[in-house]
Amino acid sequence: MKMYLNSIFADPERTARLVDIAKTSLWPLLEGAIMNTIPLTIISFIIGLILAVLTALARISHVKFLQIIARIYVSAIRGTPLLVQLFIIFYGLPNIGVTIDPFISAVIGFSLSVGAYASEIIRAAILSIPKGQWEAGYSIGMSYTQALKRIILPQAARVSLPPLSNSFISLVKDTSLASVVLVTEMFRRAQEITAANYEFLLVYSEAALIYWVICFFLSVLQGFMERRLDRYV
Amino acid sequence: MISIKGLYKQFGQLEVLKGINLEVKKGQVIVVIGPSGSGKTTMLRCLNVLETPTKGAISIEGQSLDFSKSVPKKSVASFRRLTGMVFQNYNLFPHKTALENVMEGPVIVKGEDKTTVRKKAQALLEKVGLGDKIDYYPAQLSGGQQQRVGIARALAMEPEVMLFDEPTSALDPELVGEVLKVMKDLALEGMTMIVVTHEMRFAREAADEVIFMDGGVIVERNKPEEIFTTPKEERTRKFLNMIQ
Repeated sequence: MKMYLNSIFADPERTARLVDIAKTSLWPLLEGAIMNTIPLTIISFIIGLILAVLTALARISHVKFLQIIARIYVSAIRGTPLLVQLFIIFYGLPNIGVTIDPFISAVIGFSLSVGAYASEIIRAAILSIPKGQWEAGYSIGMSYTQALKRIILPQAARVSLPPLSNSFISLVKDTSLASVVLVTEMFRRAQEITAANYEFLLVYSEAALIYWVICFFLSVLQGFMERRLDRYV
Repeated sequence: MISIKGLYKQFGQLEVLKGINLEVKKGQVIVVIGPSGSGKTTMLRCLNVLETPTKGAISIEGQSLDFSKSVPKKSVASFRRLTGMVFQNYNLFPHKTALENVMEGPVIVKGEDKTTVRKKAQALLEKVGLGDKIDYYPAQLSGGQQQRVGIARALAMEPEVMLFDEPTSALDPELVGEVLKVMKDLALEGMTMIVVTHEMRFAREAADEVIFMDGGVIVERNKPEEIFTTPKEERTRKFLNMIQ
């Protein structure tokens, strides 16, 4: 630690070099975030959320077959490491002739993961809405789908917003795993930069800082959305 | 207009309704009284199929459901539109304003034009004395106000019969009167109503007939003055003695 700090501040030439690296690597890192990390996060989360709602509905349906499919899916995804899932999709599937582009592979892996975890959040949120709300919907002639869409899901959304925001923020950071399936997102950019200059501490810290800033903005957004959804309570 | 024939309802081993037969004419106001567990609420919930009867048949205004066979979902939904339900706990949609609560059924279920429905909903809320509260969320309203929105919401679907499931039981005593007044006005307008309640004054003042239920059957049915002063059945007498 002391040696590292000394090497920076005692040697003006080294200081200048580090400042220069920090500056020149900022744009490539941001580019990785903008071109890959952020789109990967958003696309995977949206697909994952759709999967999650469908899975949650299957779990609470009265159709045994759907329940079983949903249970197996959630169990398999939660019971295996995300890293292993990504390896199976990207490196494993070509063995049976299915070759998928790195970005798409990552989207598939992350969507499946979000779908499984968020389905439990959404299922709990749906079950937390009092039965009387379904009945009130039915009593004015609504069908199951109408009651679900108009009455239950909007209220469940409010309940599930905090835990879903958690999942979203986790996903931003989990996308760094996409580096191992050759997606040039922010962390893979960082690895490429350090491969040339060996300044691991500086460049990885810089990447960490950018992750932090992104997540900070998401927290602010979460607070804003919570206030909006809480307006009726 | 309403006819219930041989209605049975079983929850697991527990038989709650043991053969209900009931005829109600258009415009009649029927008050259902009885001890808790007598099946009053279950009978009401069977009328709009929130509970599916084990067997028996119900018909309202010519539409009938025979529960001895399996009943298709579609006919349940259209059957439900004949009845308007007012719940003990109001069950308003908390994420919608009073006006939106009332508009929801006509707009979403009947697919009516929003501007027309808005006017109709506004008129209904004025009718229940809430013309100045249309943009309030349920959480901003008192229990009595919420229940009146509940009544307006049910009326918006223009039902043939209004079902009230202990509409004032969850209310603070001073708020009961405002809800009962709305119900009395409805009765005077000629609405067909079946009301499960413990409000004997309402029964005396607004009911055409009172039904006493006990143990899953209708024990006695008579005009309010008769049933309250000279009940025919021993069980009715005992119950009335206990609550008065």
